[in-house]
Amino acid sequence: MTTLFTILFDGVAYGMLLFVLACGLAVTLGLMNFVNLAHGAFAMAGGYVCAVLVNRSGWPFFASLPLAFVASAGIGAVLERALYRHLYNRSHLDQVLFSVGLVFMSVAAVDYIMGSSRIFIKLPAALEGQVDFFGIGIGRYRLMIIVICGLLTAALQLVLARTRFGSRLRAAVDDPRAAIGLGINVPQVFAFTFAFGCGLAGLGGALSAEILGLDPYFPLKFMIYFLIVVTVGGSSSITGPFLASLLLGIGDVAGKYYVPKLGPFVIYTIMIVILIWRPNGLFGRTAAR
Amino acid sequence: MTAQADVGRQARQHARWHWSEVAFWILALSCAFLFPSRYLIMTDIVRLALFALSLDLILGYAGIVSLGHAAFFGVGAYSAGLLALHGIVTEPVMALVVAGLVATAVGFLTSFLVIRGADLTRLMVTLGIALLLEALAERFSNVTGGTDGLQGIEMQPILGLFAFDMFGKVGFFYCLAVLFLLFLLARRIVHSPFGLSLRAIRNNPLRAAAIGIPVNRRLIAIYTLAACYAGIAGALFTQTTALASLDVFSFERSADLMLVLVIGGTGYLYGGLIGAVVFRMLQEVFSTITPQYWQFWIGLVLVVIVLVGRARMHRWALWAPNLIIRQLGGRKAIVAVPESDAP
Amino acid sequence: MFNGKKRLPRAAVGVAIAGALGSILALAQAQAQETVKIGLILPMTGGQASTGKQIDNAVKLYMQQKGDTVAGKKIEIILKDDGAVPDNTKRLAQELIVNDKVHFIAGFGVTPAALAAAPLATQAKVPEIVMAAGTSIITERSPYIVRTSFTLAQSSTIIGDWAAKNGIKKVATLTSDYAPGNDALTFFKQNFTAGGGEVVEEVKVPLANPDFAPFLQRMKDAKPDAVFVFVPAGQGGSFMKQYAERGLDKSGIKVIGPGDVMDDDLLNGMGDAALGAVTAHLYSAAHPSAMNKEFVAAYKKAFGNRPGFMAVSGYDGIHLIYEALKKTGGKTDGDALVEAMKGMKWESPRGPISIDPETRDIVQNIYIRKVEKVDGELYNVEFATFEAVKDAGKTKK
Repeated sequence: MTTLFTILFDGVAYGMLLFVLACGLAVTLGLMNFVNLAHGAFAMAGGYVCAVLVNRSGWPFFASLPLAFVASAGIGAVLERALYRHLYNRSHLDQVLFSVGLVFMSVAAVDYIMGSSRIFIKLPAALEGQVDFFGIGIGRYRLMIIVICGLLTAALQLVLARTRFGSRLRAAVDDPRAAIGLGINVPQVFAFTFAFGCGLAGLGGALSAEILGLDPYFPLKFMIYFLIVVTVGGSSSITGPFLASLLLGIGDVAGKYYVPKLGPFVIYTIMIVILIWRPNGLFGRTAAR
Repeated sequence: MTAQADVGRQARQHARWHWSEVAFWILALSCAFLFPSRYLIMTDIVRLALFALSLDLILGYAGIVSLGHAAFFGVGAYSAGLLALHGIVTEPVMALVVAGLVATAVGFLTSFLVIRGADLTRLMVTLGIALLLEALAERFSNVTGGTDGLQGIEMQPILGLFAFDMFGKVGFFYCLAVLFLLFLLARRIVHSPFGLSLRAIRNNPLRAAAIGIPVNRRLIAIYTLAACYAGIAGALFTQTTALASLDVFSFERSADLMLVLVIGGTGYLYGGLIGAVVFRMLQEVFSTITPQYWQFWIGLVLVVIVLVGRARMHRWALWAPNLIIRQLGGRKAIVAVPESDAP
Repeated sequence: MFNGKKRLPRAAVGVAIAGALGSILALAQAQAQETVKIGLILPMTGGQASTGKQIDNAVKLYMQQKGDTVAGKKIEIILKDDGAVPDNTKRLAQELIVNDKVHFIAGFGVTPAALAAAPLATQAKVPEIVMAAGTSIITERSPYIVRTSFTLAQSSTIIGDWAAKNGIKKVATLTSDYAPGNDALTFFKQNFTAGGGEVVEEVKVPLANPDFAPFLQRMKDAKPDAVFVFVPAGQGGSFMKQYAERGLDKSGIKVIGPGDVMDDDLLNGMGDAALGAVTAHLYSAAHPSAMNKEFVAAYKKAFGNRPGFMAVSGYDGIHLIYEALKKTGGKTDGDALVEAMKGMKWESPRGPISIDPETRDIVQNIYIRKVEKVDGELYNVEFATFEAVKDAGKTKK
């Protein structure tokens, strides 16, 4: 029984991580209908920024996390203004070509600068090991991930539901044309959201180095996972991707624990079945126009 | 002239062979004699071209996006490999047909999953199918050889006459011949009423259904055909390399294919062929210059292609030929057509 | 929609592009013959890139140290990237042999790649020097294959014996599900159970595996004395980190395995979690010989990090090529070269090694090492040596 809880706990941590990594992609896709396959590159950038700060410059881990966010958000903002915005009206295929090009460039560039070996971030001692909670083994690091990601999700939800910016964003997602007609500066909303999504990915990248491993091929390796989260969850809200991430995380961890022989079947089968059953994702209304 | 007759005339005109097409194929054939030391990479390009042609059939003509086309490539590759390895069908051309049929069957079965849903859903369902097949091939390693791939495939001579040689000469002509034949077939199909109805579906499925086109049945048909083409490309792969390993199903293969087709342009059959030449040549050139970081330059080229826009690039590339035509023939120059890919 | 001219311009572009690019094809043609050419085919991109880089670095280092002429011939390396995809390997090997007229093909990051090139080596009578791939069967696939890396059987049998003799009774295994992983598992199990040990849990993880957590939980629940691990070089770090995170170190479960997990170039990044892990392997950067100290220092100076076992395999591979050429007096006949390599013995940074004249596989010492802190850095410190270990995958027969 305690094992079941540990598995659940691990699955939730894994899912939360995936959510922070992928939710920016959901926004890009839902809001601007832009297929940004380079999303993982921003996550990788955040991870490497954090690793350099902690390992080489001796920054404390917790101080480096916000900087990972800022760095990725900054790169995202610059690229959005310089490149991405020219491509919003282009076909999906052009967008795929462009973002895959960016992925290739980022992979090779990171390989050149940082080397191709997997790197690790030195963690403070307080985050290492497990605590025992009524017989359930709880990893400290994973607990921290759940706390951080949980807070972020709650904050995101609040911002979207309660603030003026949130309502503008929702309006823009639901119907960009009507939103423009109402005087909402959709491109500006989008630029901001894009940068914020990249920042979240960067934070996720920094957090995931410990669990998923950080190497130059990160954006390629996890592209599929991000896409699964977004398609299964649907891209019209953040609740969808959030639940999809949890489903994916728990499904993956539990599948590997209980039926290790079936390996990746579990995830892919779940995905195909869900997509056949609900082509627009579990919670999607306007996903993938 | 009635509308029907007009459409018929237009379509026939459209289907006529143009001199530039003839020139393309002559050039392709002459490559064999111009670069006798480079058969292998050229074989690779031809195989990739056939594979891209297959994707063009569904993407360019029916508007079905797929990020898992390697599924059929892999099925064809493993079928051909197993047929040769166990001596079931030893003659390569026959084996090619059989492998194509196996892929066709898989294509037909999965087509029902794929025709549902919109672009993104299709993208992920196709990808999921390819990943599932890859996992299956890994699981049943007693049949497929697992991560080591099929080992010890030995190919018999084609039609009992032409043995595969080390320089890849026979392999190249074999692949080129298969590509040409399948291209002719594809060309015939896309210019038939069936092909025209597919375009109608791509442009607007609702309207197509309203004028009486059985949308789903047509999509299933073309998807199955494309699977067959991909299967044959996969079988060619196994036959010319005597290899079949798990990476035939890989996401990278499907993704590369997508890049190839998008570079060349969709919906006119030659896109895949040209894309294959350009993509492989870029890869070859960059990876010769810098074996470690060639991906950066490929990426840069992709980004630039998109930013500049393919239409503009085509205009630039056509500038010189246009100039010559203008000078010599005094004819009006040929202008590049606007973008036409867009499901 | 009915645009009659639509096809024309694009096809014409094709003609233009094909013509222009075609001429590039002709550029990479063969040159004059007074050099000895070595086609080095390595994964320089993709998940295996770090293997490729280590070997490439080591070869460069060797040539810097020993010069690029041997027996009157100039050595030329042609580096190609196969991305660890076997059909690329095969094509590149074929092109190197046919067009560039190379006298050796070398490298090969993964087993399928080495196997893909084997028939070509046989057909063209070109020696194939395997510098990384570690499955037993490789050298049996062609009489021209010589290996300077290792086989998984070598280290796995040794650690199996060692574990059985050193008070480890129950072991849970965690291996990557591909040929080398299965080799490691089979040979470990064979020797460990023969020595009286018991395997209580057996888990095979997919090769592309992001998170070890669920598998480690299984390990923990099986309550073994030790965990036997084989994951490809590179994933070892993630494994060790999560091993510690899950508290397996605290519950007294030891880590044992072939040394791939504790690859020197990653060891320092793993942190103190790795302390105490016992592995059997061919090389440690802490190997206490003058030659190794010099090698490590030179490598560090040139490339800024520690050499791992892949680097040593590459270093020995190029050494073998040099020595074989010396022995044949610069003759590049494939049969003569392979003949020259058979039975060759030399002192490598990893210790004394030789090429088995019958199997053309490497015979080397396998060391049992424990991760310890030396001068603030983590090293695999060797404490027991099994001398001149042959490949158990073949001696068995």
